[in-house]
Amino acid sequence: MSSRGICDRVAVIGMGCTPFAEHWDLSLDDLIIDAAHAAYRSAGIAQDDIDAFWFGTSQSAASGLALAGPLKIKGKPVTRVENYCATGSEALRQACYAVASGAYDTAMALGAEKVKDGGYQGLNALPIPTDGTQRTLTAAAMFSLMLPVYADRYGVDPDELRYAAARIASKNHHNGARNPRAQFRREMSAEQICEMPAVAGMLSVFDCAGVADGAAAAIVCRAEDAHRWCPNPLYVKGLALVAGTGAGSLDPGYDYTTMPECAQAAAEAYAQAGVTEPRSQLALAEVHDCFTPTELVLMEDLGFSPRGTAWRDVLDGVFDLDGELPVNADGGLKSFGHPVGASGLRMLYEVWLQLRGEAPAERRIPDTGRTLGLTHNLGGYPGEIVSFVGIFGTGTGPPT
Amino acid sequence: MRGVISAAGYVPYHRLDRSEITAFFGSGGGTGTRAVASYDEDTTTMGQAAADLALRSTHVEPEALWFATSAPAYLEKTNAAAIHAALRLDPTVGALDFGGAVRSGIGALRTALAGRGSTLVVAADTRDGLPTGADEAAAGDGAAAALVGDDSAAPVLAEYLGGASRTLEVTERWRTPEGTRSRNWEERFGTHVLGPAAADAWRAALANSGLDGADVDHLALAGLNSRAVASALKAIGVSAGILVDSLLDTVGNTAAAHPALLLCSALEQASPGETVAVVALVDGAEAVILRATDALADHRPVAPVSEQVAAGGSVSYGRFLTWRNMVDVEPPNRPPPNRPSSSAAHRRADWKYGFTGSRDRPSQMVHLPPARVSEKGGAVDDMDPAPMAHATGTVASFTVDRLAYSPSPPTVFAIVDFDGGGRAPLELTDVDAGEVHAGMRVVPTFRRLYTADDIHNYFWKARPVRSEPAVP
Repeated sequence: MSSRGICDRVAVIGMGCTPFAEHWDLSLDDLIIDAAHAAYRSAGIAQDDIDAFWFGTSQSAASGLALAGPLKIKGKPVTRVENYCATGSEALRQACYAVASGAYDTAMALGAEKVKDGGYQGLNALPIPTDGTQRTLTAAAMFSLMLPVYADRYGVDPDELRYAAARIASKNHHNGARNPRAQFRREMSAEQICEMPAVAGMLSVFDCAGVADGAAAAIVCRAEDAHRWCPNPLYVKGLALVAGTGAGSLDPGYDYTTMPECAQAAAEAYAQAGVTEPRSQLALAEVHDCFTPTELVLMEDLGFSPRGTAWRDVLDGVFDLDGELPVNADGGLKSFGHPVGASGLRMLYEVWLQLRGEAPAERRIPDTGRTLGLTHNLGGYPGEIVSFVGIFGTGTGPPT
Repeated sequence: MRGVISAAGYVPYHRLDRSEITAFFGSGGGTGTRAVASYDEDTTTMGQAAADLALRSTHVEPEALWFATSAPAYLEKTNAAAIHAALRLDPTVGALDFGGAVRSGIGALRTALAGRGSTLVVAADTRDGLPTGADEAAAGDGAAAALVGDDSAAPVLAEYLGGASRTLEVTERWRTPEGTRSRNWEERFGTHVLGPAAADAWRAALANSGLDGADVDHLALAGLNSRAVASALKAIGVSAGILVDSLLDTVGNTAAAHPALLLCSALEQASPGETVAVVALVDGAEAVILRATDALADHRPVAPVSEQVAAGGSVSYGRFLTWRNMVDVEPPNRPPPNRPSSSAAHRRADWKYGFTGSRDRPSQMVHLPPARVSEKGGAVDDMDPAPMAHATGTVASFTVDRLAYSPSPPTVFAIVDFDGGGRAPLELTDVDAGEVHAGMRVVPTFRRLYTADDIHNYFWKARPVRSEPAVP
């Protein structure tokens, strides 16, 4: 294993993020242009000064042409990437490594998704020709498998666990209500969520992330050049990606109370960044709360809570906006919805705002002196997941 | 000696209480129940289920597979080929469809009995009728299969003594290929022509068998014209006491499958040495006579028809009507599935139809679907086929999906861990969402997942272990 990471070699110098919404009046090109130019303004950089571009979109377009065309990027390398729901983070990862390699001085990662032109609620899979034996369950149903086994394995009362899951949604809605870029800005109590009819396993609609259109972009450069563009950049501390083999769907040893790919990606990112105690070293975490059980289990896979205890930490408010380790301070996928290609960069946008003191007062995380933030972005289903974990910080050198 | 080496019936799990029809419409219906193919079953899947049960009680491999139904899932394309694939028969086994006539069921059986080689005769039917009509209530869905051959490889359970046919060109019951219901001429006319034809065939079959009517111990009488059947019984002149239960009160009339289904039922009741006759009134009549051998005493059906009839769960009339496309209900607002790729399906036929994964030689890990590279150890192309269709599994976790597209929502879905290794995420069927629990025992079942672009997408689901003992 020789994954060395690129700690402190690349900096984020500017970001842009559109509101996430049902943008009936905006096209994919509109979203791309709005996010890109917001990022240019944020960094004070001209498009011509960016050397290479990575465009993350899952289903809205294909090839680099879809970014070069609307932005009129001339004579530059533009690459489209796709990695399920971790697509936005994948674009960032490619841009960072390209700069770290020395091939480019600056690069932009932009993720965008136009979901709401499909005519159906929810996300829908691409029609790839198959033998017809693939399951056709919704993602909600796949993630709903986790709660009953978790309750059973750890001896948690199913009703109490269900309430803990609802409390995760309630927390994220509380935060999202304080974010003008979020799609859903209404607070919901855990009790209200528990009373809703189940649509998949124990999960109600409010245990599921919404669907929205949106775009977000980050501009990165060599760390030593960062202050040319930005007085307070974010340094890339660790970038990890693990794609599973689908073992969980094959191996009776897998029990749906964990997502091993996420734990592996976290361990890798922590090693790159020198993080040893994530719960006490991170100022905030933006995680992939596609469904409430996902965030619950992630608290353990990311090392925030010991196994079997995340539900208790959730109930104790550990991950609340004013808690010990705020999780999804911007409202998460729960409040933003999930424009697939954009979500990973939207997570980074909140880390960008919070660590640099630019988040508005009503959702600012407590000042603990911590300088690191985490983004976690996954695609797939329990048992077969691609997971990204990124660590970002305001200073260089090992974490304090 | 030639005869039946093995035989099995298949009665689908669901039952419609006929009184529900009366309660809903104020007319139609009747007493008792009828068997109802689930929304994911058709004549091909039910035929496969019966054939599989028949083959499980013998080691004899058929040399041919003949499939008869009046409700073929496809025209032009051979439906028997899907059954053949799901049974994992050798490619040298010729699989043929008989035409869409109800008569083809008993006709295929008699032809096989009178022929040579080992032939797996499969008959299945799904029977429809317009709401409140006699066919809707009286009909039933089901299948039966008989492996017919000589006793060189295995003893026969029942020796074929003789048979006869009487063919009439008569438009007494008919349906065009695009028709959704059968039509009948006045029933009394059918009685007038079919009754005597049955008596003729009966006498000829007895003569061919060297028997007298009094020698017959069990008589299975089948026919869609119930008045003609009653009249035939009178004309044949045997005691009603030797009649095999017609299953009309419980299963309903399974048309092309019914003679073979009743034969299976009769063989479950017969003792060695007893004589069993099957007479079917259809476009004339067909008759076959067999005598149970000593081997029948040792024969234990995997799932006796009597047990399947006694089991079963109810289906509401509303759901029945939607399953039969009599009523369209609002589907979930999700895109309908795409048609499966024929070339991809062909490459993976042993998985898709045969439910065969692969077992890694070094680690013995079962891979479902089959894989070339081992999940444990990474060995490449070092696997053996792992047929799983007869494995029993346990539900490790499950969920009920009320959002997914399904021809009959909600989708009940489970992670199934099989005894002896192997895990597969599978849809559950023939199950009430409320009865599913972790630890529930399930077995694979061959079903039609959906149809897109007129392509039926067949694959395996899992159903609870109920009356059928788990056979490894």
